[in-house]
Amino acid sequence: MTDLTKLTLAEARKGLKNKEFSAVELTKAYIAKMDADRDLNAYVCEVPEKALAQAEKSQEKINNGTAGEMEGLPLGIKDLFCTKDIPTTACSSILKGFVPPYESTVTSKLKEAGAVFLGKLNLDEFAMGGSNETSAFGPVVNPWKKERRLVAGGSSGGSAAAVAADMCAAATGTDTGGSIRQPAAFCGVTGIKPTYGRCSRYGIIAFASSLDQAGPIAKDVRDCAIMLKTMSGYDAKDSTSANCPVPDFEKFLHQDIRGLKIGIPAEYRPEGLNSEIAALWDKGIDMLKARGAEIVSISLPHTKYALATYYIIAPAEASSNLARYDGLRYGNRINGTHLDDMYINSRTAGFGKEVKRRIMIGTYVLSAGYYDAYYLKAQKVRRLIREDFLKAFEKCDVILTPTAPTAAFPIGDKSMQENPITMWLNDIFTVSVNLAGLPAMSLPAGLNKDGLPLGLQLIGRSFDEETLFKAASALEEDINFKGMK
Amino acid sequence: MAIDNETVRRIAFLSRLKIEDDKLAATEEEFNKILHWVEDLNEVNTDNVEPLVSVNENNLTLRQDAVTDGNQVEAVLRNAPQKEYDYFVVPKVVE
Repeated sequence: MTDLTKLTLAEARKGLKNKEFSAVELTKAYIAKMDADRDLNAYVCEVPEKALAQAEKSQEKINNGTAGEMEGLPLGIKDLFCTKDIPTTACSSILKGFVPPYESTVTSKLKEAGAVFLGKLNLDEFAMGGSNETSAFGPVVNPWKKERRLVAGGSSGGSAAAVAADMCAAATGTDTGGSIRQPAAFCGVTGIKPTYGRCSRYGIIAFASSLDQAGPIAKDVRDCAIMLKTMSGYDAKDSTSANCPVPDFEKFLHQDIRGLKIGIPAEYRPEGLNSEIAALWDKGIDMLKARGAEIVSISLPHTKYALATYYIIAPAEASSNLARYDGLRYGNRINGTHLDDMYINSRTAGFGKEVKRRIMIGTYVLSAGYYDAYYLKAQKVRRLIREDFLKAFEKCDVILTPTAPTAAFPIGDKSMQENPITMWLNDIFTVSVNLAGLPAMSLPAGLNKDGLPLGLQLIGRSFDEETLFKAASALEEDINFKGMK
Repeated sequence: MAIDNETVRRIAFLSRLKIEDDKLAATEEEFNKILHWVEDLNEVNTDNVEPLVSVNENNLTLRQDAVTDGNQVEAVLRNAPQKEYDYFVVPKVVE
């Protein structure tokens, strides 16, 4: 029998339907792969018994014709999604031992559709990081050139690595400044951050609420379409979730893209852009052109201010969101002589370095006397960044850029560790999209000279993931990344 | 705007975090580096620009102010580090 863990969601769905294998066999194959590749540190919690029980139920449903849209498909869940009766930690010591009494909306939608959960996936602590090295469980090892011990990217490093290593059929991720797209690029897999409001944030541990969005990381564009459809939709429990219909994204694959206007932003080609990445980008442009798409030069003039804007707004929201970790109602508690003492002891012991850094920056930019100079200023620049995109989309339908300025770098890289800003520069091509609330997808575009994957990013209009899927599916076919592995 | 030792201490307290005395200087330096970096934003003219709080600022809806859930004492307390008689236990706050 073929290796079931190599199948895409679409292929596994078909195989299950045609009774080529059972849901239990499929789940067992993944459990064996999780065992074999435990050294990648992709999972922080495995639930094989629960997964097998779920797979048995799924098989019954397949047998009696009541299968859901993702029936029997084994997924990994980023450990930022609250999962009822399965420990959820955000990979922070402050939440070690926390077992949610409720289920996030996104995971409950996946469950209702019949998906099987294999376990919880590693991430940067509270999703704050771009290399998965801030996790309290230690870094994830990128499955590419495993012996070189490269980062898997972050914050959804466990999700991207697990998908790349066939340790789950697909995974959930979240993206606040690039946390789905950058690890997807580093690990040679496909990921989409949908429009802000497309997926409910209920039950996803909050980092920066005006930027956070859930999305899938999967083996290919079609799998992203399958999973995003299930994850999306209005939820009364999240006032920012959008009350609009969810299209069947799969219908937009393999379409004619003649006349589609592809925007190429001049500001995304700064001096000193890695030449291999620039070349891949050009190749992508040529591929779309060859299919009859129209290439349009556009300008996003406030791009150079996006990182600074992001690193004010995201920490500000984080400092507020993370005020809830007080050692009182859940999580780690370290007693003190009085209430403040207990808060300080619990938080000082429970949070890691990067999280503390961001809480303090956020507290500073929100504090009396500095609010206008930093926070309010950043919110104003945020509007200008968004308006740049609105203007650009008058001239084009979708924007093509690189996903990240580099390929995966080594775990413990000195220059990244010494200066937080160097690490933050990884987000240079991804953060603007979160500030503007737009959908964006990363797909693997090729390998660099060291044999490491590089990604291209497509950015779409608000609530127009359809066009993203259309363009991505054409690019994917022409790039044929599968053939490069 | 450069910040000093005392500001770092104050921000740490507002954040309910403790910074050891020997880490204060390094934290101050790092903070100043980051603040200097974000001050690039001052180059941008934002006169007459409204702050953007959320991208979906136009479609926030109100819901009915009604009780939809309740009687979840066990679930609410399940993860409490310390509890007694269906209450969270806190250090003594009233003398």
